[in-house]
Amino acid sequence: MTIVLAILILGALGLLFGILLAIANKVFYVEKDPKEEAVRAVLAGANCGACGYPGCDGYAAAVAKGEAPVNACVPGGAKAASAIGEIMGVAAEAGEASVAFVRCSGTCGHTKKKFEYEGLNSCLAATRLGGGNGANICPAGCLGFGDCAAACPFDAMHVVDGIAKVDTSKCVGCMKCAETCPKKLITKVPASYTNAVGCNSTDKGAAITKYCDFGCIGCMKCKKECPADAITITNFLAVIDQSKCTHCGHCAEVCPRHVIHTTVEKSEAAAS
Amino acid sequence: MSYEPVTFSSIVAISLAAILTNNFIFSQFLGICPFLGVSNKMSTATGMSVAVIFVMTMASAICWVINDLLLIPAGVAGFMQTVAYILVIAVLVQFVEMFLKKAIPALYSAMGIFLPLITTNCAVLGVVLLNTQNNYNFLESLVDGFTGGLGFTVAIVLFASVRERLQFADYPKAFEGFAICLVSAALFALAFMGFSGMKIPV
Repeated sequence: MTIVLAILILGALGLLFGILLAIANKVFYVEKDPKEEAVRAVLAGANCGACGYPGCDGYAAAVAKGEAPVNACVPGGAKAASAIGEIMGVAAEAGEASVAFVRCSGTCGHTKKKFEYEGLNSCLAATRLGGGNGANICPAGCLGFGDCAAACPFDAMHVVDGIAKVDTSKCVGCMKCAETCPKKLITKVPASYTNAVGCNSTDKGAAITKYCDFGCIGCMKCKKECPADAITITNFLAVIDQSKCTHCGHCAEVCPRHVIHTTVEKSEAAAS
Repeated sequence: MSYEPVTFSSIVAISLAAILTNNFIFSQFLGICPFLGVSNKMSTATGMSVAVIFVMTMASAICWVINDLLLIPAGVAGFMQTVAYILVIAVLVQFVEMFLKKAIPALYSAMGIFLPLITTNCAVLGVVLLNTQNNYNFLESLVDGFTGGLGFTVAIVLFASVRERLQFADYPKAFEGFAICLVSAALFALAFMGFSGMKIPV
């Protein structure tokens, strides 16, 4: 008798709750576009935010509504863009891939320090101290505590020899690192870049040479020698216009401060 | 079944016990999974706490009704309680999940897997079983459920603030990640031991 009663009670409770949940399901029903799920499935799924939406779900929802371009998924690249384009019925042009670049070359032993910093292990904390440059004399230099490395979802940013360094084989250009850098040292460059100026200091040459072996002094040599006229110098700092750069690597060769980073081989540059 | 009359002091005693002296996490070691799982960020910790408070309070109320008006009169309370309580909690969690998905989608995605895991959060089942064991009446059960949830909130919010600061702390490499988290949880539990032994005269 007890067993029958127990079964009856539990069965009745289950039925009652089941009905309640069914009603709640109707009341709280969230309409979901089938396209949204299809788009979500072909994204890279890194939740990196490079597209400008809160996570992959947010981007998928925006695409399904037709508010977002189909090629905004940076880590997914051309593959994701064409897959999304197929779902949405739009021809996709893959966005030009980009990577992060750290505009500092002041490795350990090549820069001078003001004091020994022994505070919190964070660039942000260090900038709150001693005039905002951490222990660096350089007002622009990388502090090397790796706030950017901690923010990188792809393990593409590492602090090597005192400064942040981008692993271009892993970097997808989401620029999460740039958001965390208190010195605003990290910029976006096309993934196909070959030359970039590894300095962000606007100090005059005489000042820079006192504290850094690499800082750009604004000597104009690269600007004069550049065959494509891609280099401008403002405030004693050279900047390469990546859209004009012809990847000859000549600027890196003539730079007396060795501050222009290049991936062009020496012999190749000499030949061209 | 007869209950002792509710007095103001008994309500205060139950509340203080649930929040401090018998805190579910630090004194009874229930609900450790969500405590460690969602305490790395303050925002998710508070979201989880709100969900737990809601589920605990509702579960306490509904389970009391089911136990007192259904199971005890039918004479099956002894072995049916746990089964029936789990059923109630599972339904409540489903309900909260549907509601959040509709009303606060951001919170829903932030809590992720831990929301359905409230179903198996032993602190929730613990609070309703303890209510029955302590022979609480409806109001007392309700208060115990709500303040039990508050105790969970106190624990997880305090711990989340510690973990947010831990990110900048300088500790040995070997302690990185979960190890330092467990060490600080143990220190917290030790601190909460200071409340045990406190008795509120009723």
